[in-house]
Amino acid sequence: MSTRLATQGRLVNRDTRMEFTFNGKRLQGYQGDTLASALLANDQMLLGRSFKYHRPRGVVASGAEEPNALVGLGQGKRFEPNQRVTTTELFDGLSASTQNHWPSLEFDVGEINNSMARILPAGFYYKTFMAPRFAWKHVFEPVIRHSAGLGKAPKDKDADRYEHFYAFVDVLIIGGGIAGLQAAKSAGDSGAKVLLMEQTPHWGGRAPVDGAEIDGKSAEIWVGDTLQILDKMDNVTIRTRMMGAGIYDHGYALGYERLGDHQPDAGLPRHRLWRIRAKQIITATGAIERPLSFAGNDVPGVMLASAVRDYMVNYGVSVGDRTVVVTNNDDAYRTAIALKQSGLDVPAIIDARPIVTSPLATKALQMGIRVETGKGIAKVKGHKRVEGVQLCLQAGEGSIIEEIKCDAVAMSGGWSPVVHLWSHCGGKLTWDEDHAFFKPDPTRAPTGDTGAAFVMTAGIASGDMTTGAVLENADAAGKAAAKASGHIPRRFAAPKAAEEPCDPMAPVWMMPQGASYDLRMKMWLDFQNDVKVSDVQLAAREGYESVEHTKRYTTLGMATDQGKLSNINGLAILADSLGADIPQVGTTTFRPPYTPISMGAIAGEARDEIFQPLRQTPMHEWHDTHGAVWEPVGHWRRPYAYQQAGETVEQAVHREVLNTRKRVGLLDASTLGKLVVKGPDAGKFLDMLYTNMMSTLKVGRCRYGLMCNENGFLSDDGVVAHIDEDTWLCHTTSGGADRIHQWMEEWLQTEWWDWKVYVANLTEQYAQIAVVGPDARKVLQAMGGMDVSKEALPFMAWADGKIGGFDTRVYRISFSGELSYEIAVPASQGQAFWDALREVGSAYGMQPYGTEALHIMRAEKGFIMIGDETDGTVIPQDLGLHWALSKKKEDYLGKRAQARSYMDNPDRWQLVGLETVDGSVLPDGCYAIDEGENENSQANMFGRVTSTYYSPTLGKGIAMGLVHNGPDRMGEVIRFGKPDKTFVEARIVDPVFYDKEGEKQNV
Amino acid sequence: MSNAVSALQGVSYSGMAQVVELGLQGMITLRGDFSDADFAAAVHAATGLALPDQRKVMSKDAISLVWMSPDELLIALPHSEADDMVAKLSAALGDLHHMVVNVSDARAVFEISGAGAREALAKLAPVDLSPTAFDQGIVRRTRIAQVPAAFWMTGPDTFHLVAFRSVAQYVFDVLTVSAAEGSEAGFF
Repeated sequence: MSTRLATQGRLVNRDTRMEFTFNGKRLQGYQGDTLASALLANDQMLLGRSFKYHRPRGVVASGAEEPNALVGLGQGKRFEPNQRVTTTELFDGLSASTQNHWPSLEFDVGEINNSMARILPAGFYYKTFMAPRFAWKHVFEPVIRHSAGLGKAPKDKDADRYEHFYAFVDVLIIGGGIAGLQAAKSAGDSGAKVLLMEQTPHWGGRAPVDGAEIDGKSAEIWVGDTLQILDKMDNVTIRTRMMGAGIYDHGYALGYERLGDHQPDAGLPRHRLWRIRAKQIITATGAIERPLSFAGNDVPGVMLASAVRDYMVNYGVSVGDRTVVVTNNDDAYRTAIALKQSGLDVPAIIDARPIVTSPLATKALQMGIRVETGKGIAKVKGHKRVEGVQLCLQAGEGSIIEEIKCDAVAMSGGWSPVVHLWSHCGGKLTWDEDHAFFKPDPTRAPTGDTGAAFVMTAGIASGDMTTGAVLENADAAGKAAAKASGHIPRRFAAPKAAEEPCDPMAPVWMMPQGASYDLRMKMWLDFQNDVKVSDVQLAAREGYESVEHTKRYTTLGMATDQGKLSNINGLAILADSLGADIPQVGTTTFRPPYTPISMGAIAGEARDEIFQPLRQTPMHEWHDTHGAVWEPVGHWRRPYAYQQAGETVEQAVHREVLNTRKRVGLLDASTLGKLVVKGPDAGKFLDMLYTNMMSTLKVGRCRYGLMCNENGFLSDDGVVAHIDEDTWLCHTTSGGADRIHQWMEEWLQTEWWDWKVYVANLTEQYAQIAVVGPDARKVLQAMGGMDVSKEALPFMAWADGKIGGFDTRVYRISFSGELSYEIAVPASQGQAFWDALREVGSAYGMQPYGTEALHIMRAEKGFIMIGDETDGTVIPQDLGLHWALSKKKEDYLGKRAQARSYMDNPDRWQLVGLETVDGSVLPDGCYAIDEGENENSQANMFGRVTSTYYSPTLGKGIAMGLVHNGPDRMGEVIRFGKPDKTFVEARIVDPVFYDKEGEKQNV
Repeated sequence: MSNAVSALQGVSYSGMAQVVELGLQGMITLRGDFSDADFAAAVHAATGLALPDQRKVMSKDAISLVWMSPDELLIALPHSEADDMVAKLSAALGDLHHMVVNVSDARAVFEISGAGAREALAKLAPVDLSPTAFDQGIVRRTRIAQVPAAFWMTGPDTFHLVAFRSVAQYVFDVLTVSAAEGSEAGFF
């Protein structure tokens, strides 16, 4: 059993106990524990069920590489699935629950999959669910959805807050082991601005656990001293609990800082995502120990040798009383020695190497530990917990020599440098034959905009395996990075470390090397995804040669751990099966983030009210307090209608239409785009932008214009006013102001850069209010001020003047067909002017109206709407707007495109009005259905509805649509398909339903 | 007019930094050819200030000339003086090709001040806000979270930030979130 020892535990504070719950059970740990160490101290080795076979699984590792021990953390608004217990700091009140089992962790029905392993081989899904076709959707998928997967998605809204932070540094160092610390010091000495981040709460990495000696001091003391030095450097920032999540182009890197995970009630942002620009990046990310592939290597109690040592030294936790160590290298001897020194039993060190003579081995022997060289583990005994191991010859097929009773196995298959961050932005790897690992190739580093490398490695991440070499390498990296970022390194010497002579490791990819199929079926490569040696071998036999394809086919290296433990072992097996060298097979692609980061951190502040910016007009608050039902228009919010007590939204819309048609309405038109275009070439410029002639417009007059893109398609429309000799004001659609501004600038900056024209976007400078209806003039006259008579201010004219004491610009333009004044005042006075109009207008029955009333009134008049009648494929000719296409002009944007054969074509669908025979309202977007079917077995179509409304003015449904030969088919009745598969008949009519002569707007 | 109001009417917040909407502020967009000596002379005649260099601000009394682009300046001044300054500049620039427009009401201006001011902005804008990189006299056109903005320093720990009026509420809200007490990053 695993338990807390009376001694050791350099990271825990035994004076402070912490209570937590695990599957509802109340347990205790110490301050400084991880959830993993606290659970092990409570003899909780079984922590979950595997993904596919639901096998019992316990902790394997002690850090970010942990594949098995994933739990659901927290509850309700703070619940988060798939959290690694090895990187979760214990706090008082923590609650954790296990996942992927039913009905309970101890008894899981899904474990039946384990006994069916023979019929669940690699690529099982792909092979099984091919046919029958319907079964995937109705049978297989629901079953798999239920049984697969790890944790459950949270259901409640996240209680925490998150933020981003933009930081700019000379040198960014990722990893706070002795290499990162030394690199920070040597870079910091030069005066460079340094940011050093460490993903755990502790500095120094493995060195203090492994008992390294630096400059004659213990690693622990050296780390403390170095931290003090760094602390005094103003140019160096050091952060713990901050992971280097990813490295991207141009020295961009993400740091994932966990501020609140270990203190959820501290009121801090839970996570802070650092968005860093660094001139140079050093990855001092250390190495990860590899498991060995022997049968039963996934039984709870089999752990990495380094993890066994970590739990004992760092947390004072022994994972078992009797631990068998199995290894192919010297490092695992440290675990055996440490266990023995703590008074625990090590029945044997099983070393696959035939001869071992290194000082560590000698020391183990001298301590009385039995060392079996040339041997391996044939099989681990036990189900939910290790009970013993069967010894065999490594060189053989697995005949059992002896059975050794034990309750834990510490395995070491060698170490792999953490090359993820190096590789994120294109750093290449090279195969190191001596250590059997991939390491960064400094000659093929990620390069920046100048072609120079911007990432380098330090320490074990470089492939240097001894303390002395690590420090020397890190010192050099720090200096090189400082230099590359424009600083002069100081010539201090690197710290020295004691010699650590070692025997070479032996690459062991399978134990024993000639294992039978039955054994290979129980050798786990990927613990998280249940991928075994036999699965990868099968994939190779089936023709999967690419490591990327094998990954997808077998799921090796997928899911939350992304194969941190399984990667090298898996591809070694693949290489062996293919008869190829490991470097020839290569690795899968390393992609950010290094370990999963929270969605909250990615979103940062963007949630709730500030998820997206909402644009508000100066009268927004008034609308909000007067019944506005909101409609999004671009990022704007506009009142769709003003709902009064006792009426539906539809009734409100109809009331607004009728009131405006009969009396007078008030519209907040502030969102309308207002671009001022000025300069000696402004007229010429507008003639190119608009399809019609703008340069000849008289000062003081307005003209409706169309804009097309260079492909001839209608892009925007609006009224242009000629302000003075070289100044025009162009109104755009509400959603189009920024886009058209950009469009104008693009042409001025890239094509017509020698034209003298300036453009400014004055959309928000003005509140624009439309006073619309037969009594509009009376209201303005009652306001007092400028002459707004037909003679002084005719239709399609504008004038500056005072209305009710306000400085205004008044445009006599109409989108409703009524007598209409659009009045602009400075935005700061918008609300005051609105109030003044309402006060005067109430005597005339004036009511505000929203966008839906606006839409209905424009449809009654047959006015097109960009986005309704147009969709990016419609040209002005389709809409009967030939009158707005200048024939005098030599050119305008879109002119040439409109002459193409497909554009200048009578077969294009054309705009018509539509009236249903029964008076009903046509469904929006429905199609005119013809006889017969096309080659795709779809009904033939010859038209579609673009706008459709109930017209309260006319008391019936009206619509506009595009119909083949439409204008030539006036009076014809055609049928439209409804979503319920029935048809509705409509008559083709003129699109102008109301006041065709325009008498009402021109009074 | 006395009934003129700014977007948020002087709303304020105090956390690790203070955030205040500064009420009505005058602002003019001026475009022209900076390399033309006559242009510079006309601007100087009207404002008393020389043209700022790239990403720089020139200030005297209540007027600042803020560099916006190679052919655009922002003139910040009291709201009540904007119309007169537009007229003055138009007269001074005469026939030179230029554009001068009053954009005071198209904008909202915020002051962010206090020890946490740099950090409050550094959470929202991809700009190096360390004291060695960003000081008085520098302006950046950038974004604040999801909307365009420009800011410059008016004192050792004080920033003026200009955004569009329609998103004033959004800008104020993101600034108050990033300036919340207890979220100091401790980087500067």
